[in-house]
Amino acid sequence: MLADDLRGMWYIAMKDLRAYYFKPPNISWGIMFPFAFVLAFAIRNPGELRQLVPGLLALTILFGTSSMEAIVIVFERRIGSLERLLLAPVRLPALLAGKLLGGMTFGLTVTAVVLLVALAVFGAGSVNWPLLALALLLAAAAFSALGAFVSVAVREVFEAQTLANFVRFPMMFLGGIFVPLSSMPPALQVVARALPLTYAVETLRAALDGRALPTTALDLGALAAFTAALFWLAVRALARRTA
Amino acid sequence: MMSDVIQVAELTKHYPAGRGAAPVRAVDGIEFAVREGEVFGFLGPNGAGKTTTIRMLTGLTRPTAGRARVLGFDLATDVTRIKKRIGVAPETSNLYDELSACDNLVFAMQLYGVPRRERKTRAEELLARFRLGEKRDTSFAKLSRGMKRALTVAAALAHRPPLLFLDEPTTGLDVMSARSLRGMIADLRDEGVTVFLTTHYLEEAERLCDRIAIIVNGRIVALDTVDGLKARVQKRAVVEAVLADDSGGVETVRFESDDISVAVQAVLAQAAADSRRVLSVNTLQPTLEDVFVHLTGLGAEAMLAEKGGKGGAHAGG
Repeated sequence: MLADDLRGMWYIAMKDLRAYYFKPPNISWGIMFPFAFVLAFAIRNPGELRQLVPGLLALTILFGTSSMEAIVIVFERRIGSLERLLLAPVRLPALLAGKLLGGMTFGLTVTAVVLLVALAVFGAGSVNWPLLALALLLAAAAFSALGAFVSVAVREVFEAQTLANFVRFPMMFLGGIFVPLSSMPPALQVVARALPLTYAVETLRAALDGRALPTTALDLGALAAFTAALFWLAVRALARRTA
Repeated sequence: MMSDVIQVAELTKHYPAGRGAAPVRAVDGIEFAVREGEVFGFLGPNGAGKTTTIRMLTGLTRPTAGRARVLGFDLATDVTRIKKRIGVAPETSNLYDELSACDNLVFAMQLYGVPRRERKTRAEELLARFRLGEKRDTSFAKLSRGMKRALTVAAALAHRPPLLFLDEPTTGLDVMSARSLRGMIADLRDEGVTVFLTTHYLEEAERLCDRIAIIVNGRIVALDTVDGLKARVQKRAVVEAVLADDSGGVETVRFESDDISVAVQAVLAQAAADSRRVLSVNTLQPTLEDVFVHLTGLGAEAMLAEKGGKGGAHAGG
């Protein structure tokens, strides 16, 4: 049965990438949106552009993974094709893991493009590559799980977009991308600590600066915990919806 | 000897109702068995419990109570093994709009573990069989309704399941597409595939099914062969004859008897006594519609009216 699950997971991800993710509008949105947002901020607040790179990568992976992920499941449920996957010999966690894998693969691909551009402009410097890879992987998993949870928590596609933005936009401003956490009022710092983007930005900054801070392991652990919790909630919600 | 591929005992599904209301009994303690190699019809009006029964037997929804074994596996403990061995074509044609006809079939095979080397050949074979060869590269979204239905059934067969569930396969199809699909279902039976078929088209059930269960309000009210069901309604033999006299006058006469040979002899005796010729003799059988009306108290037209919005493939074919 494990072989059935792994096979199902792989082919569900491949099908999603082909049918939904690697479409021109999605690719251009995934790459252009973070650039546009960060450049708009940089024009308003000219300064050290390099400092914005961790935030740029974090935003790219957040929107790259969760934008489509948040609507894929609810869309398939509405048109009835999710039932094909539920009828297949693939258990529910494997089915959702396949969905996550699709979102992660797309998010990591567009982030790789943005990273290459950033490296070409600013140079590699002292990047800690293993830490960068781990940070991107865990951030992709956490944001993809967030997208999956949003997608199974709602009934309509438009509700998924609304809910996803309700979560993502506050994260953008509280996650330490544009304003360091240390400059925020204490209450907002507490809120920021409850957001996965905060930990993604901190680990990406540490990886790009080439220094693992004492808190980096905690940041990575927090991303892994967010992934596990959101995935578990998504499996539970989908099981309830399809019972 | 034929074995049972589905065994159902006291299968029940209740859905929670609104606050203060009693739960909805969608399926209420049904019992039946499906034999290997037969086309088993599950007949009933809309909302009778047909689709809920299929959803339970295919692992899409959990029964509230009762037991079922499918292909020898217990539904409660071995649902993944069951899923691997069955094919299901749901009421909605639900393949992926973004994928081509061929890619949809290949994806179905990938999910069920059909070896890579067999996938293309099997896909081409199914496309040819369902007369979709020319549409192999056309996206599912661009196929006609009949083609979508045929491809959905083809996808259910992709991994060569010995048991196929077809939920209202011809609903909404035009006459020719429905007729073509019925021919394919008959071919599957000839190949030894067991088919569990739900339909609200009485004529379709009569034509295709070896045995039929009639379900009303979540309960099975009858289960038998088509002839067996008819025999429950028809207690007396009815013979209808057309007689002609020398002047060209034609009359239709009808005789009823407990014994069909007595009725036929009565026709011949009447013709001889009146010096008339017998143009035709027919034994009148009740239709499945008569059976349905007798057993359920519902009119067949009421059943069709409930599905009226979905088209009308019941005629012809």
